[in-house]
Amino acid sequence: MNGRRKFLRDVRAFLVSISAIGGVLKLLPAKAFAREASRKGKWYGFGVSVDKCIGCARCMEACKTENDVPREPFYFRTWVERYIIRKDGETVVKAIESNAEAAPDTSGDRSILRSFFVPKLCNQCADPPCVQVCPVGATFQTGDGVVLVNVKTCVGCRYCIQACPYGARYLHPETHTADKCTFCYHRISRDLLPACVEVCPTQARIFGDVNSGSSPLTRFRRMNKIHVLKPALNTEPKVYYASLDGEVR
Amino acid sequence: MKKILSKMPDALARLLVVFAALAILGAFVVIVLIPKDMKDVKIQWADAIKAEQAKPVLYAGFHACGECHERIYEKKKTGYHRDLSCETCHGPAYAHTQDPDEVKPVIPKERAFCPLCHAYNPSRPRGFPQINPAAHNPLKACASCHNPHDPKPPTTPKECSACHGEIARMKAVSHHVQLECTTCHQAPQQHKISPRSVKPTKPQNREFCGKCHARDAKDRMANNAPRIDLANHGEKYVCWQCHYPHSPEVE
Repeated sequence: MNGRRKFLRDVRAFLVSISAIGGVLKLLPAKAFAREASRKGKWYGFGVSVDKCIGCARCMEACKTENDVPREPFYFRTWVERYIIRKDGETVVKAIESNAEAAPDTSGDRSILRSFFVPKLCNQCADPPCVQVCPVGATFQTGDGVVLVNVKTCVGCRYCIQACPYGARYLHPETHTADKCTFCYHRISRDLLPACVEVCPTQARIFGDVNSGSSPLTRFRRMNKIHVLKPALNTEPKVYYASLDGEVR
Repeated sequence: MKKILSKMPDALARLLVVFAALAILGAFVVIVLIPKDMKDVKIQWADAIKAEQAKPVLYAGFHACGECHERIYEKKKTGYHRDLSCETCHGPAYAHTQDPDEVKPVIPKERAFCPLCHAYNPSRPRGFPQINPAAHNPLKACASCHNPHDPKPPTTPKECSACHGEIARMKAVSHHVQLECTTCHQAPQQHKISPRSVKPTKPQNREFCGKCHARDAKDRMANNAPRIDLANHGEKYVCWQCHYPHSPEVE
């Protein structure tokens, strides 16, 4: 009698643990497959050639105009940082003003080792932390790899703004919802370039489909040595930087 | 079943009925009353994508302007500003393409505009044309000397050394000091206007150097030039793989 009861209990324990392990194993590849699947077809990415950026801020202007971003120099979907690296190793990073005249003159400063401009925007991560933390499912990734915010369901809790390692999001002061770069989704759906790419005078910004063999982005990624921002976070950014300095975070 | 019901206290049976009613009401609210798009995040996302795509376009794009402004478009295509979009300077122009007479894009004429790109800034990449806006022809409009659709320096350099100073200084102290740049390079006039797109020629083969340095060289300049036998002097290589022509070594 005792032996039969023990046998039945063992069988139950075995079945429960097998199904639990099976469930985990089934979940893991399912997630990986889901991501692979979405990478087929259009999968938008962005290229930034740091060596070409002249810091004219035309991209910031065009972005604000096209996307109705508040004019105050606090809200940006894309911005340009000026890096100044001094001989003693100190690095000063400052977002430039859209009026370049206001920039301090550093031409006589002999303590500067090198300086350059780095354009920044939402990295449209393939594995976006902002999407993971949204409690109401208001921010999501489209099938072509662009992370969008649904203003109708966003409750303005700012979790995504905190979660973004690149500081690419802000709370819109009028709608009180999270706002971010959309790669100008309304433009790219009509086969136009994002506004910042359109106006960049030196072609420092490149837009295209990662999966297309002939897109300008593919050519950019073939011809340059490419790096992404904060690769250790495994967010798989889709904004690819050429000639990126090691000091850039 | 009947036995269980009859055994159940009356109060409990009523409570069950109330719970059942609540459950049915709840299910009704969730399934029927709450609209589908409030429950299904996929529908919300599809709507959000549609709303995003419906946003108005303000920048018309590079090719829209060329349809009417053909002459400027063609002129700009050959100049330094060829890769520049019209809307970089003239601002968003989609409204202008829809109603060309009513809406006019801006024409930035003030002196503060061009220095947005062309003011000297040490952070800008080397080689990008930059000026000091305070010292560069003060009070004159940029467009009075430079055509913005085909900008170039008002005077083109006459000597090679104006741009290639490093090579000129090196050649000046080398054995090739007597040679003109044009002895080895043919520089088309256009090179002085578009240095990057029209390049001067470079010697292509060993026989070119051999015109002076071969045993049987007959060139007028070749009097004192060191002679080699072209057939067996480093036959696998072209000359400039070992000898830098702007400063050839003594031996």
